[in-house]
Amino acid sequence: MSTHHVKVNVNGAVKEADVEARLLLVHLIREDLNLTGTHIGCDTTSCGACTVLLNGRAVKSCTVFAVQADGGEVMTVEGLTSNGKLHPIQEGFHEMHGLQCGFCTPGMMLSAVALLKQNPKPTEEEIRWGISGNLCRCTGYVNIVKAVQYAAEKMSG
Amino acid sequence: MPEVHGQMGHSIKRVEDARFIRGRGNYVDDIKLPGMLYLDIVRSPYAHAKIKAIHTEKAMKVPGVAAVITGETLKAYNLHWMPTLMSDTQMVLPVEKVMYQMQEVAAVVATSRYAAADGVAAVEVDYEPLPVIVDPRKALEPGAQVLRTDKEGKKDNHIFHWEAGDKAATEKAFKEADTVVKQDLYMPRIVVASIETCGIVAKFDAVEGQLTVWMTTQAPHAIRTVVALVAGHVGLSEEKIRVISPDIGGGFGGKVPVYPGYVIAIAAAVVTGAPIKWVEDRSENIQADSFARDYHMTCEMAAKKDGKITGLRIKTIADHGYADAACNPSKFPAGLFSVATGAYDYDAAFVEVDGAYTNKPPGGIAYRCSFRVTEAVHAIERMADNTAHELGMDPAEFRMKNFIKPEQFPYKSPTGWEYDSGNYGVALQKAMDMIGYAALRKEQAEKRKRGELMGIGISSFTEIVGAGPSKHFDILGLKMFDSAEIRIHPTGKVLVRIGVQSQGQGHETTFAQIVAEELGIPAEHVKVEHGDTDTAPYGLGTYASRSTPTAGAATAMASRKIRDKARKLAAHLLEANEDDLEWERGRFFVKGSPDKGKTIQECAFAAYTNHPQGMEAGLEAVSYYDPPNMTFPFGSYICVVDIDRGTGEVKVRRFVAVDDCGNRINPMIVEGQIHGGLTMGLAPALFEELTYDENGNIFGGTFMDYLLPTAVETPNWETGETVTPSPHHPLGAKGVGESATVGAPPAIANAVIDALWHLGVRNIDIPITPAKVWTVLKEKGMALEE
Amino acid sequence: MIPAAFDYAVPKTLNEAVALLGQNPEAKVLAGGHSLIPAMKFRLASPALLVDLNRLNGLAYIREDGGWLKIGAMTREADLDGSDLIRKKYPLLADTAKTIADPLVRNMATVGGNLAHADPANDHPATMLAYGAQVVATGPKGERVIPIGEFFAGTFETSLAHDEILTEIRLPAHKAGAGGAYVKVERKVGDFATAAVAAQVTLDASGKCASAGLGLTNVGPTAIRAAQAEAALKGQPLDDANIKKAAQLAAAAAEPADDLRGPAEYKRGLIKTLTVRALRKAVERAKA
Repeated sequence: MSTHHVKVNVNGAVKEADVEARLLLVHLIREDLNLTGTHIGCDTTSCGACTVLLNGRAVKSCTVFAVQADGGEVMTVEGLTSNGKLHPIQEGFHEMHGLQCGFCTPGMMLSAVALLKQNPKPTEEEIRWGISGNLCRCTGYVNIVKAVQYAAEKMSG
Repeated sequence: MPEVHGQMGHSIKRVEDARFIRGRGNYVDDIKLPGMLYLDIVRSPYAHAKIKAIHTEKAMKVPGVAAVITGETLKAYNLHWMPTLMSDTQMVLPVEKVMYQMQEVAAVVATSRYAAADGVAAVEVDYEPLPVIVDPRKALEPGAQVLRTDKEGKKDNHIFHWEAGDKAATEKAFKEADTVVKQDLYMPRIVVASIETCGIVAKFDAVEGQLTVWMTTQAPHAIRTVVALVAGHVGLSEEKIRVISPDIGGGFGGKVPVYPGYVIAIAAAVVTGAPIKWVEDRSENIQADSFARDYHMTCEMAAKKDGKITGLRIKTIADHGYADAACNPSKFPAGLFSVATGAYDYDAAFVEVDGAYTNKPPGGIAYRCSFRVTEAVHAIERMADNTAHELGMDPAEFRMKNFIKPEQFPYKSPTGWEYDSGNYGVALQKAMDMIGYAALRKEQAEKRKRGELMGIGISSFTEIVGAGPSKHFDILGLKMFDSAEIRIHPTGKVLVRIGVQSQGQGHETTFAQIVAEELGIPAEHVKVEHGDTDTAPYGLGTYASRSTPTAGAATAMASRKIRDKARKLAAHLLEANEDDLEWERGRFFVKGSPDKGKTIQECAFAAYTNHPQGMEAGLEAVSYYDPPNMTFPFGSYICVVDIDRGTGEVKVRRFVAVDDCGNRINPMIVEGQIHGGLTMGLAPALFEELTYDENGNIFGGTFMDYLLPTAVETPNWETGETVTPSPHHPLGAKGVGESATVGAPPAIANAVIDALWHLGVRNIDIPITPAKVWTVLKEKGMALEE
Repeated sequence: MIPAAFDYAVPKTLNEAVALLGQNPEAKVLAGGHSLIPAMKFRLASPALLVDLNRLNGLAYIREDGGWLKIGAMTREADLDGSDLIRKKYPLLADTAKTIADPLVRNMATVGGNLAHADPANDHPATMLAYGAQVVATGPKGERVIPIGEFFAGTFETSLAHDEILTEIRLPAHKAGAGGAYVKVERKVGDFATAAVAAQVTLDASGKCASAGLGLTNVGPTAIRAAQAEAALKGQPLDDANIKKAAQLAAAAAEPADDLRGPAEYKRGLIKTLTVRALRKAVERAKA
């Protein structure tokens, strides 16, 4: 069992920790860094509640070891707001009623941010495919799609 | 009437969003206390086995492990068994045998969740496997192995028999019928699988005798009382028990029960003196938490040649697993299943349910529905379609012919319910207009000629929600009223505390809107709190679509009490007679002199600064609302499916949902609930099921095989509304959180059968998987192997 | 769900990685980790050492070179999916990458991992069989090239030695007249295939089938190459009758089992349907 010293840039600030090799990135984020906006919803890499951006890509942080993020950049839901101003995707979720219990919301928003970076003007179908790694039990996805469309419009224009 | 921001009918944005979109929600797993230990659970690989020995020595040597708790540990406190809500008993931790795969066997407490998991891996258990019963029909056969050997004198696996309706009258109706249509329907075992699993943080202060728990519960007060009743003998006293239900990541009924994990964690907190956190894994959530449905129904509908329904008979065998751990009102072992007569007018019905023990997890709870209403609606709506088809009638025409007419309300149903209000034909007509029903039927006929399979399915359901009137409804003796407490501060701002608990429904927004409606105070000046038993008034919690019908009504009634006192204050301020004052939203004024008035805020200020002599200061009110009746939301759904003859895949092309939940407090939130409900109706119709092999091994125990629909499988729901207020609810509202989950499955199943009826197909049990459809097509010579 | 403890090493070179594997019989390679880490969380896999390939340079690339399309084993599925070259000239591969798991998983999961895990339910194995690909294994003695037909030894078993690492995948470079398609039935997004068919055809000047490759997913202990179906197509016009005949042969080559996704008979039926659909699409693309 090896332990490792990791340095990870999380939401713009470098964080350091000594971790067991087996520590999952999601636990580094939630337990060591106390950023509890990233959630855990399953154990099979299915639900996407733990989605963060790792070096700009949306990944399920329950299926990445913290050591793998060493030297990298992580963005969590707490990093979406800048200077107190909501990210357009956060605005979109609020304005279009894209959330109910809020548990899948952080992961869903980060998937959407990654999608919009790749494809700034996605069709409805592309949005549905783009968020298909994230499960929501409350909203039926209709208003999540609208929230992403809201953000796409706002960001492109 | 002046408008006030956030009054009823306004789609204001939700106040709770602010924290959720920033990742600032506070869910159970987010709570961290100094010195907290983590609990993880050893679970049984067998569905039925004697426990010969539990070896904990290796586990105790794992670094970080503080304690291993077994059934013997709990037995010392007489806490190894606990009562269920249905007056049955279930194990907290076993001493003699395990009764289902994944049952709790022992618990490990450690300094981190990693150490706890290592400890679990190091616990060794010697089992002696026993024969397994997984089929409730076999469980009820004479001579079947008796599973509950703990129950002295128990000679079979029968739990209860329950019936409603008039058996003799129904037999007569069936004898006199022109047509009797019979169909076996199985509603599979499913789990709610909220994205947040269940969990608890328990903290016990031995000096103060104070127990504080943060837990994923839909009913914190009931939990407090249950804990006090169950653990009173070990010194837990209700005034020193505080149950906090923080932000909850979806409930849907799965967070009503008291799971063994909660009790073990509380016991561990008492035993170790350290705060304990237990959060289950998804696998545990799916495989061990309470299930829903698992109803084997034999349904019969009697009708006249002209299409008039004359009778309904349903015989059901209910699989409850090894314990009846359902969360029904005490007097209703089969919940509200007797609403199965549906939205149709006929005199004779008889429904019966027999509960059986099997080697499966105990339950069953509702899956986003009001106590077995989904099962009832599935039965009646599938039968309505099959009967219509059998008679050669269009299923829409058949329904129109049989609907209870608007002038028949309040309507006494043949199983004894009094439906409060309804206008079923209007809702169905609206759905037909929205979807273009006639054109779809034409398209279907043309496609059929070309060998293409397309189906149109209808579901015109009525629910029964809002439990409930105290003369019939209680849980463990606790009457199912609900409550609200309102305080108006001197500056006219408001604190509302309610006995129900949000799991995503948006109570912090909508309950403020009720106050805005009733008192004319803008919703943004109303703070809503819930979920903390130390501060919230006693209530039975949120499930069964009861928040609006019960606590919503209580909030309105408490507001009206405040308005009554405010009237006295206004009279005092205006030096007028109370009877000479008129109310308009937010303000009293002197009749005939509309400019002479006092706002509710001015009245509030006076309540603390200038109240008349002889009047108590302050402006507060409490209401415990005992509803006079249930509410009966309804709707009509139409679904269009296309079937791929080569693969058996069913594609939901369109789905129109017209809902009538009476007056809507926040239409945006109502629509959101309907979207979610529809998706949780789609899920069991096409995807979700828990299955077991003959040894009780569970299949589909993770999200790899327990298939929650993603955005890709979910269609773009189309919604519409009609409004038929409840005559007895102070706001005319009915509750809506579950309508769509209840109404959607038969619409989808009916659409599939509608596509296949001409081939001689009468039923495919849900979930209607591609494999099932293809197999049927193959049988009928219609599978396309291109 | 928490993995058992293990040691973790980040080799700086491929040779170092190979040496680490050689020294530790209980070591496992960490690529995308999206099959391995869930298995570790369930403690179905408990390697003593993880050798992380993610920080090695030069294992992620997509390029045409010397008559081959060469793909570095650490290339992420998302990068295949996002590659113009793949989309334009290797539609079978593009189809395949798009159907693997979900978009988030594809950001981590690698082509090499998908193959080396040798799960018959994975999508690349059938596709690579249809392409007639080769894989490059790097071991203590350097590189060796393994034809894909010799790569899969059984369920979760390959012909790689413990101290060999799959480093490159080679597909015959696109030629005029070639086209392919991957058609998959899955219960929902993110699911493994109930069954899927990979078809790759090359048309000769007269429009007849110069060569055909057919791979079947999740209908046997390994991905299956439907060799008889391929042979039946060779030299024939790819008309409906021949396509259906090939589909019949492909279905006969399948060895499905009953499971949660459906009975064996259904899966065999699916193979027939999907072979027809994949071949039709492949031909359409070959002609385009």
